Amino acid sequence: MTSIWDGIIKAFQLIFSGDPTVYEVTIRSLLISATAVLIAALWSIPIALFLGTRNYRGKLFIKGFFTAMIGLPTVGLGLILFLILSKAGPLGFLHLLYTPTAIILGEAILITPLIIILTTRAIEDVDPEIKNLAKTLGASEAQAAMAVLKEASSGVFLAGIASFNRAVAELGVAQLVGGSIAGLTEVLTTGIALETARGNLELSIAWTTILLAVVFGITLATLVVEAYQRRRK
Amino acid sequence: MTIDVEIRNVTKSFDNLTALDNINFQIRQSEILGLLGANGSGKTTLLKILALIEKPSQGQVFFNKAAVTEQNISAARLETTMVFQKTTLFGTTVHNNVAYGLKMRKLPKDEVESRIKEALKTVRLEGFEKRSAQKLSGGEQQRVALARALALKTKLLLLDEPTANLDPRNASIIEEAIEATNRESKTTIVIATHNMFQAKNLPQRIALIEKGKISESGTPTEIFGKLSKTLASFAATENTFSGQAKITEQGTTIIDIGNDTHIEASAQREGSVSIFISPEDIILSKTPLASSARNTLKGKITEIADLDSLVKLKIDAGKPFSVQITKRSFNEMNLQLNADVYIAFKASSVQML
Repeated sequence: MTSIWDGIIKAFQLIFSGDPTVYEVTIRSLLISATAVLIAALWSIPIALFLGTRNYRGKLFIKGFFTAMIGLPTVGLGLILFLILSKAGPLGFLHLLYTPTAIILGEAILITPLIIILTTRAIEDVDPEIKNLAKTLGASEAQAAMAVLKEASSGVFLAGIASFNRAVAELGVAQLVGGSIAGLTEVLTTGIALETARGNLELSIAWTTILLAVVFGITLATLVVEAYQRRRK
Repeated sequence: MTIDVEIRNVTKSFDNLTALDNINFQIRQSEILGLLGANGSGKTTLLKILALIEKPSQGQVFFNKAAVTEQNISAARLETTMVFQKTTLFGTTVHNNVAYGLKMRKLPKDEVESRIKEALKTVRLEGFEKRSAQKLSGGEQQRVALARALALKTKLLLLDEPTANLDPRNASIIEEAIEATNRESKTTIVIATHNMFQAKNLPQRIALIEKGKISESGTPTEIFGKLSKTLASFAATENTFSGQAKITEQGTTIIDIGNDTHIEASAQREGSVSIFISPEDIILSKTPLASSARNTLKGKITEIADLDSLVKLKIDAGKPFSVQITKRSFNEMNLQLNADVYIAFKASSVQML
Protein backbone atom coordinates (compact mmCIF):
# COMPACT_ATOMS: atom_id res chain seq x y z
CA MET A 1 0.00 0.00 0.00
CA THR A 2 1.48 3.30 -1.10
CA SER A 3 1.66 5.75 1.74
CA ILE A 4 0.51 9.35 1.36
CA TRP A 5 3.96 10.42 2.48
CA ASP A 6 5.57 8.57 -0.45
CA GLY A 7 3.20 10.38 -2.79
CA ILE A 8 4.11 13.77 -1.34
CA ILE A 9 7.83 13.00 -1.75
CA LYS A 10 7.13 11.91 -5.31
CA ALA A 11 5.29 15.21 -5.91
CA PHE A 12 8.34 17.21 -4.84
CA GLN A 13 10.59 14.99 -6.96
CA LEU A 14 8.34 15.61 -9.96
CA ILE A 15 8.23 19.36 -9.35
CA PHE A 16 11.96 19.76 -8.84
CA SER A 17 13.11 17.24 -11.46
CA GLY A 18 11.77 19.62 -14.10
CA ASP A 19 9.48 16.93 -15.53
CA PRO A 20 7.90 18.72 -18.53
CA THR A 21 4.61 16.78 -18.19
CA VAL A 22 4.07 18.16 -14.67
CA TYR A 23 4.55 21.75 -15.81
CA GLU A 24 2.50 21.22 -18.96
CA VAL A 25 -0.48 19.68 -17.14
CA THR A 26 -0.32 22.20 -14.28
CA ILE A 27 -0.12 25.21 -16.61
CA ARG A 28 -2.93 23.80 -18.79
CA SER A 29 -5.12 23.37 -15.68
CA LEU A 30 -4.42 26.92 -14.57
CA LEU A 31 -5.01 28.43 -18.01
CA ILE A 32 -8.24 26.52 -18.61
CA SER A 33 -9.69 27.40 -15.20
CA ALA A 34 -8.55 31.04 -15.29
CA THR A 35 -10.06 31.47 -18.76
CA ALA A 36 -13.29 29.85 -17.55
CA VAL A 37 -13.45 32.36 -14.65
CA LEU A 38 -12.90 35.32 -16.97
CA ILE A 39 -15.50 34.13 -19.46
CA ALA A 40 -18.04 33.31 -16.73
CA ALA A 41 -17.44 36.76 -15.20
CA LEU A 42 -18.46 38.37 -18.50
CA TRP A 43 -22.06 37.30 -18.08
CA SER A 44 -22.20 36.63 -14.34
CA ILE A 45 -21.21 40.14 -13.17
CA PRO A 46 -23.89 41.98 -15.19
CA ILE A 47 -26.47 39.48 -13.90
CA ALA A 48 -25.20 40.01 -10.34
CA LEU A 49 -25.37 43.80 -10.78
CA PHE A 50 -28.97 43.46 -11.90
CA LEU A 51 -29.83 41.11 -9.03
CA GLY A 52 -27.96 43.13 -6.42
CA THR A 53 -29.09 46.65 -7.25
CA ARG A 54 -32.73 46.25 -8.23
CA ASN A 55 -35.84 45.10 -6.46
CA TYR A 56 -38.49 43.25 -8.42
CA ARG A 57 -40.90 40.39 -8.07
CA GLY A 58 -39.31 36.95 -8.37
CA LYS A 59 -35.87 38.13 -7.20
CA LEU A 60 -35.84 35.62 -4.36
CA PHE A 61 -36.76 32.81 -6.74
CA ILE A 62 -33.94 33.71 -9.16
CA LYS A 63 -31.43 33.93 -6.31
CA GLY A 64 -32.71 30.63 -4.96
CA PHE A 65 -32.29 29.03 -8.38
CA PHE A 66 -28.67 30.16 -8.73
CA THR A 67 -27.90 29.18 -5.13
CA ALA A 68 -29.23 25.68 -5.80
CA MET A 69 -27.24 25.51 -9.03
CA ILE A 70 -23.99 25.95 -7.06
CA GLY A 71 -24.47 22.33 -6.06
CA LEU A 72 -24.82 21.16 -9.66
CA PRO A 73 -23.00 17.79 -9.96
CA THR A 74 -20.03 18.23 -12.28
CA VAL A 75 -20.55 14.78 -13.80
CA GLY A 76 -24.18 15.65 -14.60
CA LEU A 77 -23.16 18.89 -16.29
CA GLY A 78 -20.33 17.06 -18.08
CA LEU A 79 -22.80 14.47 -19.39
CA ILE A 80 -25.25 17.13 -20.67
CA LEU A 81 -22.42 18.98 -22.39
CA PHE A 82 -21.09 15.71 -23.83
CA LEU A 83 -24.50 15.03 -25.39
CA ILE A 84 -24.72 18.58 -26.76
CA LEU A 85 -21.17 18.64 -28.15
CA SER A 86 -20.98 15.06 -29.43
CA LYS A 87 -21.27 14.50 -33.18
CA ALA A 88 -24.99 13.71 -32.98
CA GLY A 89 -25.65 16.60 -30.60
CA PRO A 90 -27.04 20.04 -31.53
CA LEU A 91 -23.58 21.67 -31.37
CA GLY A 92 -21.67 18.70 -32.77
CA PHE A 93 -20.83 20.63 -35.92
CA LEU A 94 -18.52 22.87 -33.86
CA HIS A 95 -16.18 19.89 -33.23
CA LEU A 96 -15.46 21.10 -29.71
CA LEU A 97 -15.64 17.73 -27.94
CA TYR A 98 -12.31 16.66 -26.41
CA THR A 99 -10.75 20.11 -26.79
CA PRO A 100 -9.59 22.55 -24.09
CA THR A 101 -12.32 24.94 -25.35
CA ALA A 102 -14.98 22.41 -24.36
CA ILE A 103 -13.55 22.20 -20.84
CA ILE A 104 -13.38 26.01 -20.59
CA LEU A 105 -17.03 26.33 -21.64
CA GLY A 106 -18.14 23.59 -19.28
CA GLU A 107 -16.25 25.04 -16.32
CA ALA A 108 -17.54 28.54 -17.12
CA ILE A 109 -21.12 27.22 -16.97
CA LEU A 110 -20.31 25.28 -13.79
CA ILE A 111 -19.00 28.31 -11.89
CA THR A 112 -21.56 30.82 -13.20
CA PRO A 113 -24.01 30.34 -10.28
CA LEU A 114 -21.17 30.63 -7.75
CA ILE A 115 -19.91 33.94 -9.22
CA ILE A 116 -23.46 35.29 -9.52
CA ILE A 117 -24.42 34.49 -5.93
CA LEU A 118 -21.18 35.63 -4.29
CA THR A 119 -21.01 38.82 -6.38
CA THR A 120 -24.70 39.58 -5.77
CA ARG A 121 -24.12 39.23 -2.03
CA ALA A 122 -21.09 41.56 -2.22
CA ILE A 123 -23.10 44.13 -4.21
CA GLU A 124 -26.02 43.93 -1.77
CA ASP A 125 -23.60 44.74 1.04
CA VAL A 126 -22.60 48.01 -0.66
CA ASP A 127 -24.34 51.13 0.63
CA PRO A 128 -27.44 51.39 -1.62
CA GLU A 129 -26.89 55.14 -1.96
CA ILE A 130 -23.56 54.64 -3.79
CA LYS A 131 -25.32 54.28 -7.13
CA ASN A 132 -27.35 57.46 -6.57
CA LEU A 133 -24.25 59.23 -5.30
CA ALA A 134 -22.31 58.40 -8.46
CA LYS A 135 -25.21 59.67 -10.56
CA THR A 136 -25.41 62.95 -8.63
CA LEU A 137 -21.71 63.39 -9.37
CA GLY A 138 -22.35 63.06 -13.08
CA ALA A 139 -21.95 59.32 -13.71
CA SER A 140 -24.02 57.56 -16.37
CA GLU A 141 -25.99 54.40 -15.50
CA ALA A 142 -23.05 52.24 -16.60
CA GLN A 143 -20.49 54.35 -14.71
CA ALA A 144 -22.69 54.26 -11.59
CA ALA A 145 -22.90 50.46 -11.87
CA MET A 146 -19.10 50.36 -12.12
CA ALA A 147 -18.85 52.50 -8.98
CA VAL A 148 -21.03 49.96 -7.14
CA LEU A 149 -18.90 47.11 -8.45
CA LYS A 150 -15.73 48.88 -7.34
CA GLU A 151 -17.12 49.25 -3.83
CA ALA A 152 -17.89 45.51 -3.88
CA SER A 153 -14.45 44.64 -5.23
CA SER A 154 -13.38 42.63 -2.16
CA GLY A 155 -16.41 40.37 -2.51
CA VAL A 156 -15.99 40.11 -6.29
CA PHE A 157 -12.36 39.18 -5.73
CA LEU A 158 -13.41 36.41 -3.36
CA ALA A 159 -16.02 35.22 -5.87
CA GLY A 160 -13.22 34.97 -8.43
CA ILE A 161 -10.96 32.94 -6.13
CA ALA A 162 -13.76 30.61 -5.02
CA SER A 163 -14.89 29.96 -8.57
CA PHE A 164 -11.34 29.44 -9.81
CA ASN A 165 -10.79 26.88 -7.06
CA ARG A 166 -14.08 25.17 -7.94
CA ALA A 167 -13.08 25.06 -11.63
CA VAL A 168 -9.52 23.85 -11.14
CA ALA A 169 -10.63 21.13 -8.72
CA GLU A 170 -13.61 19.77 -10.69
CA LEU A 171 -13.36 16.47 -12.51
CA GLY A 172 -16.68 15.62 -14.18
CA VAL A 173 -16.68 18.27 -16.92
CA ALA A 174 -12.95 17.92 -17.70
CA GLN A 175 -13.28 14.13 -17.88
CA LEU A 176 -16.44 13.93 -20.01
CA VAL A 177 -15.88 16.76 -22.50
CA GLY A 178 -12.07 16.87 -22.30
CA GLY A 179 -11.35 13.17 -22.33
CA SER A 180 -7.97 13.54 -20.55
CA ILE A 181 -5.98 13.26 -23.75
CA ALA A 182 -2.27 13.45 -22.91
CA GLY A 183 -0.67 16.58 -24.31
CA LEU A 184 -4.03 18.10 -25.24
CA THR A 185 -6.77 18.02 -22.61
CA GLU A 186 -5.17 16.32 -19.62
CA VAL A 187 -5.54 18.46 -16.50
CA LEU A 188 -4.58 17.86 -12.85
CA THR A 189 -7.90 16.32 -11.79
CA THR A 190 -8.20 14.01 -14.79
CA GLY A 191 -4.55 13.07 -14.21
CA ILE A 192 -5.40 12.04 -10.64
CA ALA A 193 -8.36 9.95 -11.84
CA LEU A 194 -6.34 8.35 -14.63
CA GLU A 195 -3.34 7.41 -12.48
CA THR A 196 -5.64 6.04 -9.74
CA ALA A 197 -7.43 3.88 -12.32
CA ARG A 198 -4.08 2.64 -13.55
CA GLY A 199 -3.05 1.76 -10.00
CA ASN A 200 -0.29 4.42 -9.89
CA LEU A 201 -1.36 5.64 -6.48
CA GLU A 202 2.00 7.25 -5.77
CA LEU A 203 1.65 9.37 -8.90
CA SER A 204 -1.98 10.24 -8.24
CA ILE A 205 -1.08 11.40 -4.70
CA ALA A 206 1.70 13.46 -6.28
CA TRP A 207 -0.83 15.08 -8.67
CA THR A 208 -3.16 15.70 -5.73
CA THR A 209 -0.37 17.38 -3.78
CA ILE A 210 0.43 19.62 -6.74
CA LEU A 211 -3.26 20.50 -7.17
CA LEU A 212 -3.59 21.40 -3.49
CA ALA A 213 -0.37 23.42 -3.61
CA VAL A 214 -1.66 25.34 -6.64
CA VAL A 215 -5.02 26.06 -4.97
CA PHE A 216 -3.41 27.13 -1.67
CA GLY A 217 -0.69 29.15 -3.38
CA ILE A 218 -3.03 31.09 -5.66
CA THR A 219 -5.62 31.68 -2.94
CA LEU A 220 -2.99 32.94 -0.52
CA ALA A 221 -1.34 35.17 -3.12
CA THR A 222 -4.63 36.77 -4.17
CA LEU A 223 -5.73 37.28 -0.56
CA VAL A 224 -2.42 39.00 0.24
CA VAL A 225 -2.82 41.31 -2.77
CA GLU A 226 -6.43 42.03 -1.82
CA ALA A 227 -5.50 42.78 1.82
CA TYR A 228 -2.75 45.12 0.65
CA GLN A 229 -5.14 47.01 -1.61
CA ARG A 230 -7.74 47.26 1.15
CA ARG A 231 -5.16 48.73 3.52
CA ARG A 232 -4.32 51.37 0.92
CA LYS A 233 -7.95 52.55 0.72
CA MET B 1 -23.39 80.22 -13.19
CA THR B 2 -27.08 80.71 -12.50
CA ILE B 3 -29.99 78.39 -13.07
CA ASP B 4 -33.75 78.65 -13.13
CA VAL B 5 -35.47 75.61 -11.68
CA GLU B 6 -39.15 74.86 -11.79
CA ILE B 7 -41.19 71.86 -10.79
CA ARG B 8 -44.60 71.52 -12.34
CA ASN B 9 -47.37 69.22 -11.09
CA VAL B 10 -44.84 66.82 -9.57
CA THR B 11 -46.29 63.79 -7.81
CA LYS B 12 -44.21 60.89 -6.55
CA SER B 13 -45.70 57.66 -5.27
CA PHE B 14 -44.00 54.58 -3.86
CA ASP B 15 -46.42 51.66 -4.07
CA ASN B 16 -49.45 52.97 -2.16
CA LEU B 17 -47.63 55.85 -0.50
CA THR B 18 -47.75 59.34 -1.97
CA ALA B 19 -44.48 61.04 -1.02
CA LEU B 20 -45.09 64.19 -3.07
CA ASP B 21 -48.54 65.40 -4.03
CA ASN B 22 -48.85 67.69 -7.06
CA ILE B 23 -46.08 70.13 -6.23
CA ASN B 24 -45.68 73.33 -8.23
CA PHE B 25 -42.72 75.40 -7.23
CA GLN B 26 -40.06 77.70 -8.56
CA ILE B 27 -36.54 78.04 -7.25
CA ARG B 28 -35.08 81.45 -7.92
CA GLN B 29 -31.65 82.05 -9.38
CA SER B 30 -28.81 82.18 -6.85
CA GLU B 31 -31.03 81.86 -3.80
CA ILE B 32 -30.64 79.64 -0.76
CA LEU B 33 -34.00 77.96 -0.37
CA GLY B 34 -34.74 76.13 2.88
CA LEU B 35 -37.07 73.15 2.68
CA LEU B 36 -38.44 72.88 6.16
CA GLY B 37 -40.49 69.90 7.23
CA ALA B 38 -40.79 67.02 9.65
CA ASN B 39 -39.19 63.64 8.99
CA GLY B 40 -41.13 61.83 6.28
CA SER B 41 -42.71 65.01 4.90
CA GLY B 42 -41.17 64.48 1.45
CA LYS B 43 -38.08 66.73 1.64
CA THR B 44 -35.60 64.04 0.58
CA THR B 45 -37.84 62.80 -2.25
CA LEU B 46 -38.16 66.34 -3.57
CA LEU B 47 -34.38 66.81 -3.45
CA LYS B 48 -33.83 63.49 -5.24
CA ILE B 49 -36.23 64.57 -7.98
CA LEU B 50 -34.34 67.87 -8.31
CA ALA B 51 -31.07 65.89 -8.41
CA LEU B 52 -32.61 63.88 -11.27
CA ILE B 53 -31.95 60.55 -9.56
CA GLU B 54 -35.61 59.92 -8.84
CA LYS B 55 -38.24 60.20 -11.53
CA PRO B 56 -41.56 61.85 -10.72
CA SER B 57 -44.59 59.59 -11.11
CA GLN B 58 -46.26 62.59 -12.72
CA GLY B 59 -45.16 66.11 -13.62
CA GLN B 60 -41.91 67.55 -14.83
CA VAL B 61 -38.76 69.35 -13.76
CA PHE B 62 -37.56 72.34 -15.81
CA PHE B 63 -33.98 73.60 -15.85
CA ASN B 64 -33.68 77.04 -17.46
CA LYS B 65 -37.20 76.70 -18.90
CA ALA B 66 -36.38 73.40 -20.66
CA ALA B 67 -38.12 70.24 -19.51
CA VAL B 68 -35.78 67.50 -18.31
CA THR B 69 -36.43 64.45 -20.47
CA GLU B 70 -34.82 61.05 -21.07
CA GLN B 71 -32.92 62.65 -23.94
CA ASN B 72 -31.28 65.48 -21.99
CA ILE B 73 -31.15 64.01 -18.46
CA SER B 74 -27.42 63.18 -18.62
CA ALA B 75 -26.52 66.75 -19.58
CA ALA B 76 -29.00 68.17 -17.04
CA ARG B 77 -27.51 66.01 -14.28
CA LEU B 78 -24.19 67.82 -14.74
CA GLU B 79 -25.90 71.07 -13.64
CA THR B 80 -26.86 69.71 -10.24
CA THR B 81 -25.45 67.67 -7.36
CA MET B 82 -26.66 66.52 -3.99
CA VAL B 83 -25.19 65.89 -0.55
CA PHE B 84 -27.08 63.14 1.25
CA GLN B 85 -28.16 63.24 4.88
CA LYS B 86 -26.47 59.92 5.58
CA THR B 87 -22.89 60.55 4.57
CA THR B 88 -22.01 58.30 1.67
CA LEU B 89 -18.37 58.04 0.68
CA PHE B 90 -16.48 55.83 -1.73
CA GLY B 91 -14.11 53.39 0.00
CA THR B 92 -11.03 55.28 -1.08
CA THR B 93 -9.02 58.37 -0.16
CA VAL B 94 -10.40 61.87 0.40
CA HIS B 95 -8.65 62.95 -2.81
CA ASN B 96 -10.27 60.23 -4.92
CA ASN B 97 -13.68 60.93 -3.41
CA VAL B 98 -13.52 64.60 -4.36
CA ALA B 99 -11.97 63.74 -7.74
CA TYR B 100 -14.77 61.33 -8.76
CA GLY B 101 -17.25 63.83 -10.20
CA LEU B 102 -14.47 65.89 -11.77
CA LYS B 103 -13.20 62.82 -13.59
CA MET B 104 -16.73 62.03 -14.75
CA ARG B 105 -16.69 65.48 -16.34
CA LYS B 106 -13.36 64.64 -18.01
CA LEU B 107 -11.69 67.81 -16.74
CA PRO B 108 -7.95 68.26 -17.34
CA LYS B 109 -5.72 66.87 -14.57
CA ASP B 110 -4.47 70.32 -13.47
CA GLU B 111 -8.02 71.58 -13.18
CA VAL B 112 -9.02 68.48 -11.17
CA GLU B 113 -6.16 68.98 -8.71
CA SER B 114 -6.76 72.69 -8.27
CA ARG B 115 -10.50 72.18 -7.69
CA ILE B 116 -9.82 69.45 -5.11
CA LYS B 117 -7.46 71.78 -3.28
CA GLU B 118 -9.92 74.65 -3.38
CA ALA B 119 -12.89 72.53 -2.23
CA LEU B 120 -10.96 70.98 0.66
CA LYS B 121 -9.83 74.46 1.70
CA THR B 122 -13.45 75.66 1.75
CA VAL B 123 -14.41 72.88 4.17
CA ARG B 124 -11.14 73.28 6.09
CA LEU B 125 -9.74 69.86 5.27
CA GLU B 126 -6.46 70.91 3.66
CA GLY B 127 -3.84 68.17 3.91
CA PHE B 128 -6.47 65.40 4.20
CA GLU B 129 -6.07 64.30 0.56
CA LYS B 130 -4.32 61.01 1.25
CA ARG B 131 -6.43 60.03 4.27
CA SER B 132 -8.91 57.18 3.96
CA ALA B 133 -12.29 58.94 3.73
CA GLN B 134 -14.24 56.26 5.58
CA LYS B 135 -11.85 56.37 8.54
CA LEU B 136 -12.51 60.05 9.29
CA SER B 137 -14.88 61.25 12.02
CA GLY B 138 -18.58 61.72 11.16
CA GLY B 139 -18.22 65.50 10.88
CA GLU B 140 -15.11 65.29 8.72
CA GLN B 141 -16.81 62.74 6.48
CA GLN B 142 -19.74 65.09 5.90
CA ARG B 143 -17.26 67.87 5.08
CA VAL B 144 -15.63 65.58 2.48
CA ALA B 145 -19.07 64.93 1.00
CA LEU B 146 -19.69 68.68 0.80
CA ALA B 147 -16.23 69.32 -0.71
CA ARG B 148 -16.95 66.65 -3.33
CA ALA B 149 -20.13 68.50 -4.30
CA LEU B 150 -18.56 71.98 -4.16
CA ALA B 151 -15.65 70.93 -6.39
CA LEU B 152 -18.11 70.33 -9.24
CA LYS B 153 -19.22 73.99 -9.22
CA THR B 154 -22.71 72.98 -10.31
CA LYS B 155 -25.35 75.64 -10.77
CA LEU B 156 -27.73 73.87 -8.39
CA LEU B 157 -26.56 72.41 -5.08
CA LEU B 158 -28.94 70.23 -3.07
CA LEU B 159 -28.23 69.55 0.58
CA ASP B 160 -30.24 67.05 2.61
CA GLU B 161 -29.92 67.85 6.32
CA PRO B 162 -26.21 68.62 5.88
CA THR B 163 -25.55 69.26 9.56
CA ALA B 164 -27.90 66.72 11.15
CA ASN B 165 -26.21 64.88 14.02
CA LEU B 166 -23.00 66.92 13.74
CA ASP B 167 -21.20 68.66 16.57
CA PRO B 168 -21.39 72.48 16.56
CA ARG B 169 -17.86 72.97 15.16
CA ASN B 170 -18.40 70.76 12.12
CA ALA B 171 -21.90 72.16 11.63
CA SER B 172 -20.66 75.75 11.59
CA ILE B 173 -17.83 74.92 9.12
CA ILE B 174 -20.43 73.41 6.79
CA GLU B 175 -22.82 76.34 7.17
CA GLU B 176 -19.99 78.81 6.47
CA ALA B 177 -18.98 76.85 3.37
CA ILE B 178 -22.59 76.86 2.12
CA GLU B 179 -22.92 80.61 2.61
CA ALA B 180 -19.57 81.31 0.97
CA THR B 181 -20.46 79.18 -2.06
CA ASN B 182 -23.75 80.99 -2.54
CA ARG B 183 -22.15 84.40 -2.04
CA GLU B 184 -19.08 83.89 -4.21
CA SER B 185 -20.31 81.57 -6.96
CA LYS B 186 -23.99 82.60 -7.03
CA THR B 187 -24.86 78.90 -6.75
CA THR B 188 -28.54 78.16 -6.24
CA ILE B 189 -28.80 76.08 -3.08
CA VAL B 190 -31.71 74.05 -1.75
CA ILE B 191 -31.22 72.90 1.81
CA ALA B 192 -33.61 70.47 3.47
CA THR B 193 -33.67 70.74 7.21
CA HIS B 194 -35.79 70.28 10.26
CA ASN B 195 -33.38 72.42 12.27
CA MET B 196 -35.37 75.58 12.96
CA PHE B 197 -32.32 77.61 13.87
CA GLN B 198 -30.56 76.69 10.64
CA ALA B 199 -33.72 77.38 8.66
CA LYS B 200 -34.02 80.78 10.25
CA ASN B 201 -30.48 81.87 9.57
CA LEU B 202 -29.18 80.25 6.39
CA PRO B 203 -31.87 80.48 3.69
CA GLN B 204 -33.17 83.62 2.03
CA ARG B 205 -36.49 81.86 1.42
CA ILE B 206 -38.24 78.98 3.14
CA ALA B 207 -40.77 76.48 1.83
CA LEU B 208 -42.69 74.52 4.41
CA ILE B 209 -43.36 70.97 3.30
CA GLU B 210 -46.02 68.88 4.95
CA LYS B 211 -47.31 65.45 3.89
CA GLY B 212 -45.86 65.83 0.41
CA LYS B 213 -47.23 69.30 -0.23
CA ILE B 214 -45.66 72.72 -0.01
CA SER B 215 -47.98 74.46 2.38
CA GLU B 216 -46.31 77.85 2.64
CA SER B 217 -43.29 79.74 1.38
CA GLY B 218 -41.74 83.07 2.17
CA THR B 219 -38.80 84.79 3.82
CA PRO B 220 -37.69 83.40 7.21
CA THR B 221 -39.20 86.46 8.90
CA GLU B 222 -42.55 85.91 7.18
CA ILE B 223 -42.62 82.18 7.92
CA PHE B 224 -41.48 82.31 11.52
CA GLY B 225 -43.50 85.45 12.17
CA LYS B 226 -46.71 83.64 11.23
CA LEU B 227 -46.05 80.65 13.49
CA SER B 228 -48.07 78.50 11.17
CA LYS B 229 -49.75 75.26 12.17
CA THR B 230 -47.38 73.32 9.93
CA LEU B 231 -44.36 74.83 11.57
CA ALA B 232 -45.68 74.17 15.06
CA SER B 233 -46.71 70.60 14.23
CA PHE B 234 -43.23 69.28 13.52
CA ALA B 235 -41.20 71.82 15.44
CA ALA B 236 -42.51 70.37 18.71
CA THR B 237 -40.09 67.49 18.37
CA GLU B 238 -37.01 69.67 18.27
CA ASN B 239 -36.78 71.77 21.43
CA THR B 240 -39.42 74.18 20.19
CA PHE B 241 -41.97 75.34 22.72
CA SER B 242 -44.83 77.79 22.70
CA GLY B 243 -45.83 79.93 25.64
CA GLN B 244 -46.54 83.34 27.08
CA ALA B 245 -43.63 85.78 27.25
CA LYS B 246 -43.17 88.58 29.78
CA ILE B 247 -40.34 91.10 29.87
CA THR B 248 -38.58 91.22 33.24
CA GLU B 249 -37.17 94.20 35.11
CA GLN B 250 -33.68 93.10 34.10
CA GLY B 251 -34.63 93.45 30.44
CA THR B 252 -34.75 89.74 29.66
CA THR B 253 -37.86 87.72 28.83
CA ILE B 254 -39.40 84.91 30.85
CA ILE B 255 -41.48 82.45 28.86
CA ASP B 256 -43.95 80.16 30.60
CA ILE B 257 -44.03 77.03 28.41
CA GLY B 258 -46.39 75.09 30.66
CA ASN B 259 -45.96 72.29 33.19
CA ASP B 260 -44.47 74.85 35.57
CA THR B 261 -41.49 75.29 33.28
CA HIS B 262 -40.09 78.77 32.71
CA ILE B 263 -37.38 79.72 30.24
CA GLU B 264 -35.38 82.94 30.26
CA ALA B 265 -34.43 84.49 26.93
CA SER B 266 -32.19 87.48 26.28
CA ALA B 267 -34.34 88.94 23.48
CA GLN B 268 -37.35 91.00 24.50
CA ARG B 269 -40.84 89.93 23.51
CA GLU B 270 -44.31 90.00 25.06
CA GLY B 271 -47.31 87.75 24.47
CA SER B 272 -47.53 84.47 22.57
CA VAL B 273 -44.18 83.27 21.33
CA SER B 274 -42.48 80.12 20.15
CA ILE B 275 -38.94 79.47 21.25
CA PHE B 276 -36.24 77.14 20.05
CA ILE B 277 -33.12 75.92 21.81
CA SER B 278 -30.52 74.12 19.71
CA PRO B 279 -29.70 70.68 21.24
CA GLU B 280 -26.00 71.50 20.90
CA ASP B 281 -26.37 74.58 23.12
CA ILE B 282 -27.59 72.64 26.14
CA ILE B 283 -25.09 71.60 28.79
CA LEU B 284 -25.86 68.39 30.62
CA SER B 285 -24.61 67.66 34.13
CA LYS B 286 -25.31 65.30 37.01
CA THR B 287 -25.33 68.11 39.57
CA PRO B 288 -26.46 71.75 39.27
CA LEU B 289 -23.70 73.88 37.71
CA ALA B 290 -22.52 77.21 39.05
CA SER B 291 -22.36 79.03 35.71
CA SER B 292 -23.52 82.09 33.84
CA ALA B 293 -26.30 80.08 32.17
CA ARG B 294 -29.63 81.70 33.08
CA ASN B 295 -31.61 78.49 32.59
CA THR B 296 -31.06 75.39 34.74
CA LEU B 297 -33.70 72.67 34.79
CA LYS B 298 -33.81 69.33 36.58
CA GLY B 299 -35.01 66.34 34.61
CA LYS B 300 -34.85 62.62 33.90
CA ILE B 301 -33.26 60.85 30.94
CA THR B 302 -36.10 59.22 28.98
CA GLU B 303 -34.33 58.23 25.78
CA ILE B 304 -30.75 57.57 24.63
CA ALA B 305 -29.88 57.42 20.92
CA ASP B 306 -26.42 56.62 19.57
CA LEU B 307 -25.39 58.82 16.63
CA ASP B 308 -21.88 57.83 15.58
CA SER B 309 -19.58 60.13 17.59
CA LEU B 310 -22.49 61.80 19.36
CA VAL B 311 -25.23 60.69 21.71
CA LYS B 312 -28.67 62.28 21.62
CA LEU B 313 -30.67 62.23 24.82
CA LYS B 314 -34.26 63.14 25.59
CA ILE B 315 -34.63 64.79 28.96
CA ASP B 316 -38.01 65.22 30.61
CA ALA B 317 -37.69 68.51 32.49
CA GLY B 318 -41.36 69.37 32.64
CA LYS B 319 -41.18 69.50 28.84
CA PRO B 320 -39.14 67.13 26.66
CA PHE B 321 -35.72 68.52 25.74
CA SER B 322 -33.31 67.05 23.17
CA VAL B 323 -29.67 67.27 24.21
CA GLN B 324 -26.65 66.32 22.16
CA ILE B 325 -23.33 65.38 23.78
CA THR B 326 -20.19 63.60 22.60
CA LYS B 327 -19.90 59.87 23.12
CA ARG B 328 -16.84 60.47 25.27
CA SER B 329 -18.77 62.75 27.65
CA PHE B 330 -21.60 60.23 27.71
CA ASN B 331 -19.24 57.43 28.76
CA GLU B 332 -17.38 59.54 31.28
CA MET B 333 -20.60 60.68 32.93
CA ASN B 334 -21.87 57.08 33.04
CA LEU B 335 -25.39 58.16 32.14
CA GLN B 336 -28.31 55.72 32.35
CA LEU B 337 -31.98 55.81 31.47
CA ASN B 338 -34.18 57.39 34.18
CA ALA B 339 -31.15 59.01 35.82
CA ASP B 340 -31.66 62.49 37.31
CA VAL B 341 -29.72 65.16 35.43
CA TYR B 342 -29.57 68.92 35.06
CA ILE B 343 -29.72 70.83 31.82
CA ALA B 344 -28.40 74.36 31.48
CA PHE B 345 -28.40 76.89 28.67
CA LYS B 346 -27.80 80.59 28.26
CA ALA B 347 -30.63 83.06 27.80
CA SER B 348 -28.93 84.03 24.53
CA SER B 349 -29.27 80.44 23.28
CA VAL B 350 -33.05 80.76 23.37
CA GLN B 351 -34.21 81.71 19.89
CA MET B 352 -37.56 83.47 19.65
CA LEU B 353 -39.37 82.47 16.51
